[in-house]
Amino acid sequence: MTERQVYMDHSATTAVDRGVLEAMLPFFSEEYGNPNSLHAWGRRARKAVNEAREKVAALIGADASEVIFTGGGSEADNLAIKGSTSMRKDKGRHVITTAIEHHAVMDAFGWLDKQGFDVTVLPVDDKALVSVTELEKAIRPDTILFSMMFANNEVGTIQPVAEAAKICRDRGILFHVDGVQAAGHVPFNVQDLGVDMLTMSAHKMYGPKGVGGLYLRKGVRVEPIVHGGGQERGLRSGTENTAGIVGFGAAAELAVRRLADGSIDEEARLRDLLIKRVTSSIEEAFLTGHPTQRLPFLASFCIGSLEGESMLLRLDAAGIGASSGSACTSGSLEPSHVLLAMGLAHEVAHGSLRFSLGKDTTEEDIVYVAENLERIVADLRALSPLWKTRG
Amino acid sequence: MYTEKVMELFMNPKNAGRMEDPDGVGEVGNPRCGDIMKIYIKVKDDRIADISFETFGCASAIASSSMVTEMVKGLTLDEALAISNKDVVNALGGLPPQKVHCSLLAEEGIQAAIEDYRAKQKAKSGAAAPKS
Ligand SMILES: Cc1ncc(COP(=O)(O)O)c(C=O)c1O
Ligand code: FES
Repeated sequence: MTERQVYMDHSATTAVDRGVLEAMLPFFSEEYGNPNSLHAWGRRARKAVNEAREKVAALIGADASEVIFTGGGSEADNLAIKGSTSMRKDKGRHVITTAIEHHAVMDAFGWLDKQGFDVTVLPVDDKALVSVTELEKAIRPDTILFSMMFANNEVGTIQPVAEAAKICRDRGILFHVDGVQAAGHVPFNVQDLGVDMLTMSAHKMYGPKGVGGLYLRKGVRVEPIVHGGGQERGLRSGTENTAGIVGFGAAAELAVRRLADGSIDEEARLRDLLIKRVTSSIEEAFLTGHPTQRLPFLASFCIGSLEGESMLLRLDAAGIGASSGSACTSGSLEPSHVLLAMGLAHEVAHGSLRFSLGKDTTEEDIVYVAENLERIVADLRALSPLWKTRG
Repeated sequence: MYTEKVMELFMNPKNAGRMEDPDGVGEVGNPRCGDIMKIYIKVKDDRIADISFETFGCASAIASSSMVTEMVKGLTLDEALAISNKDVVNALGGLPPQKVHCSLLAEEGIQAAIEDYRAKQKAKSGAAAPKS
């Protein structure tokens, strides 16, 4: 094993920030009260949950009363999609989503389909962009919901959220946005955007795993999917994960700072450095996703004549953590639906590689990753029958 | 998820690379995930005297290629044909269930290379005969 460890898989998850961890720690063994209890312990826990809600709301420009805490991004996606359609199913049974959603959204729509809803899946272009013209064309009188991700987790493309929101508003359709990858990394304000529901997840922004949030614009009604004690305005029953929620609040606070102090620009600079280096020093390596409209921390590529899993494992041996959408890395042996939706050929998708930078990534890390990737690509291409045959 | 043996051969594969002037070449593809394996052999006295491979695929495919080339080197052609992907998997100390199919390429690659060699031999011995 090597000594140097470079984690470049922050799209998958991030480390809990030290300050975030410190904010959380008292809520395990000292401030362990149930926020629903009337006594002093309970009141202190309730206060902490309320403060966290204020902080998360502030990150996205919402009112605290519009934020529902959930057990992660997937749950928030499910609550938004199943909960809102369940509430409006008498108004219509047509729903729209896109071809590049995370499975939490994609499979929730699959479930709607089984329930008898009519699902339209919007295509994307070769940069993974959704076209709002396609959205307009897909809308029918009985359309009740459109769900689209803010930014894609595999190729980083940022979608035209405000434009889509305007169309949905004009046509009286609820608009849900999966903002898991964007929240805390891309500055936005839900009021300006005009979205109805927006999903967040703490562990993608230096908070703990298993805690998420759903922004529900005032007046938007959803049916709960977890019934019980009536917590979170009855929309998500279950004793609050106090420590986790406090951690989410602290992470949101950190994100607000990072969005304001230039950290994000520095991250984007390092990302561009990596993109430039990889695409110029490695033959037949190209960027996937949109060249400019992309997440500041994400660089994704396809490397010709190579397969992703083999590159990942060689990178891992060099202490580098990355990911791939190659067929060989998926349990199903199908390449990522995102890469296929972008129109990439099967063998091109094979060579997919994603590096996602974090707040502690340095320029030395970028150089280390680029140098190792160059070496690994050369070594593996020497093994590839596709590479050699071009002579 | 991979055994030490698989990782060892994946990181330092044996008999890797293209061969100049092979006596037989087998190229096989994996219909499931799209991977390709190419096996080159040199044959002497009906035995595999030299062998190499090129593989476009995952770690399991690369390790299986390396393993099978080591296993068949020096064997007679018929002995080599009898090597199955199960033998390769066993020699690797096992493969994760979803990665067993990659070892099939190794079995098929050897068979294809030997078939190619035999076909070429046949063509050679028949080459004296006038073409119709
Ligand atoms: C775009 C997107 N949506 C949803 C999720 C699911 O979030 P969580 O892991 O918190 O359930 C993820 C994270 O994997 C994601 O990237
Ligand atoms: S070669 Fe594709 S999974 Fe092994």
